Amino acid sequence: MAKLTKANSLGEWFDQRLNTTQFNKVMMTEYWIPKDINFLWAMGVLLATTFGILIISGIFLMMYYKPDINLAFDSVNYTIMQEVAFGWLFRHMHGVAASVIFLIIYIHMFTGIYYGSYKQGREMIWISGMLLFMTFSAAGFSGYMLPWGQMSYWAAMVITNLFGGVPIIGDALVVWIRGDFNVADATLTRFFMLHVFLLPITIMGLIGLHFYTLRIPHVNNQSSEEIDYDLEAQKYLSGNKKESKVIPFWPVFISKDLAVLGVFLIFYFYLVFFHYNFAMDPVNFDPADNMVTPAHIYPEWYFLWSYEVLRGFFFDIAGIKAFDIGLAAFGFANVAFLLLPFLDRDPEILPAHKRPLFFIWFWILMADLIVLTVYGKLPPTGSNAWVGFYAAVAFLVIFAVLPLVTKMDAKKRGK
Amino acid sequence: MRELKILAVVVGLTLVMYWGVEPYAHHEMHPTVAEADFDFKDVEGLNGAKGNAVNGATLVQANCTACHSIEVANFPALMTNADNGAAYGVVPPDLSSAGKIYSGDYLAAFIKNPAKAAKVEHKFLEDAVHPMPNYDWMPASDIADMVAYLQTIAPKEMSNKEVFTDACLRCHGIKYADMKGGSMAAQTPAANIKAYMGKTPPDLSQYIRSRGHEYLGTFINDPQKHLEGTAMPRVGLNEEAQAQVIAYMEDIGDSKKSQREELGPKFLIYMVIFAIFAFLWKNSKWREVH
Repeated sequence: MAKLTKANSLGEWFDQRLNTTQFNKVMMTEYWIPKDINFLWAMGVLLATTFGILIISGIFLMMYYKPDINLAFDSVNYTIMQEVAFGWLFRHMHGVAASVIFLIIYIHMFTGIYYGSYKQGREMIWISGMLLFMTFSAAGFSGYMLPWGQMSYWAAMVITNLFGGVPIIGDALVVWIRGDFNVADATLTRFFMLHVFLLPITIMGLIGLHFYTLRIPHVNNQSSEEIDYDLEAQKYLSGNKKESKVIPFWPVFISKDLAVLGVFLIFYFYLVFFHYNFAMDPVNFDPADNMVTPAHIYPEWYFLWSYEVLRGFFFDIAGIKAFDIGLAAFGFANVAFLLLPFLDRDPEILPAHKRPLFFIWFWILMADLIVLTVYGKLPPTGSNAWVGFYAAVAFLVIFAVLPLVTKMDAKKRGK
Repeated sequence: MRELKILAVVVGLTLVMYWGVEPYAHHEMHPTVAEADFDFKDVEGLNGAKGNAVNGATLVQANCTACHSIEVANFPALMTNADNGAAYGVVPPDLSSAGKIYSGDYLAAFIKNPAKAAKVEHKFLEDAVHPMPNYDWMPASDIADMVAYLQTIAPKEMSNKEVFTDACLRCHGIKYADMKGGSMAAQTPAANIKAYMGKTPPDLSQYIRSRGHEYLGTFINDPQKHLEGTAMPRVGLNEEAQAQVIAYMEDIGDSKKSQREELGPKFLIYMVIFAIFAFLWKNSKWREVH
């Protein structure tokens, strides 16, 4: 061990032991981000902040929540909402953040797709991000069960039932997941464990991985220009800040993030205080009742598109049951985005507006997802069912044609 | 400029989706119904008749007090709630406040034919009869006299809780109003009311959140509008009493509303200040690199 001299400050004391100056450079002041970015590049920091809000509000909620089917509903709606000082605030913040985080995830995701930030060396960023999306989905679903309202119960019923469609082991799998033949106390307790322990800790690990995956290929930029980071960093450090194509994470990049975060938090807190029903469904303020099925069962808005892919196949085709086709399509919908880097056969990284066919493909995908989302909530009767069917088929076709679309774009460019 | 364009696209797509899954979907799932009608025009009421309360007193004592208590007029309840529930299926209401909380026209129509006024005739077919007999044999002027009497004895002012208790509590509990003491449970024993109504009427503690003002406003006024065939009777509350019932449900089920509405703007002002400083900092940093 190196000989230590007496430290003159607390900072120096830590520096001697932890090399904090170097750490700070690597992580903050000399972690280089492209300068050519727009506010969509701030979504990562928005997500980290919203996740922080979820963790903190969740800790406060956990102090009073009771994971027992006889106590859960009242512990949330009476103890937390009416009795505990500012319990209502933590619940509203938690419920609204859980919903809004998916909006930001989707914006983050489609930014990545639009600018081609998922391929040619950035596959691991994309895959770790999609794993985060899946884990967040599981966290959203398990958390929705905890208030033990009508939607909690029936959503749990419908979703756990889906596993019954898995060949051979389906029925046993459903019982294994529920811990009972029915959605019952054992189900609530285990989903509580998942929601407050296993899933958050997995998310934290995946966030670490997601950040790590960014280090080697670097963050993409608006024009997908390839940047020589060593050269540009040198320019910046030598004082040629205006000409350099990069900026340090701290303070330049983060200053923009915080400005965007400020606007986001105004929007978020407006929802928390004045417009929360979209995230806290009124139907879920009726206690769970296994004898009364709600007139309309639907998941939270962020699951609607994949729910509609599942539900869209409402009739048997060629002797295969509608349920099985829907389930297979649903399974595909949940891995389709994960496969994106491998379905895109264009060897170049370019923003969508420089890839004519991909540009059209992108907006068709967006339109289809919005149609699926809206029709995923509407009662699946009459023409609604057919819109859902065609939108679900379209979703499958959209991903099936992607290799072709991207190859044609590349060919046109002479690659 | 480019950033504003991108923002416009993001906001636009979000709003389209929001419109689809919230206002549009809810409109499709819960079609709007006609506004509440506090004149109860569909049944024959007083037709403008002004009754004689003195004559009404005699008639009420002769015809009503065998089953109904009238505490304010010294006719106390003769049986316990449990016995009443067993005898009638549901505890008969005390009539002390009837003249205050129910519409006069509705009361007249109800005395004449309870099942018809309450819109629950579908429940009383064949052998089943409404626990209160029809008084359609009685001259309309006598009925007007009884209504006039009930209006004379009723208290002039009632708290929201008193109105809720008289209007709803015979069938519905609202347990969050007294979680520990249990004093706000339904007055009719659970087994009796379940047998009488076909199912246990729900506890109303969270109905302000699960149903909301608009739904409650039209539902209480006429349950059949939203739930055709429901066993819940139209109770005939006048506009003021219904508003008090809903206000009470909000007091109990959304007790932190005033705190929420007071705190909200403060949070928003704080965030606006934060955003302004963040933008100033951002501009100072980015000026160096642009």
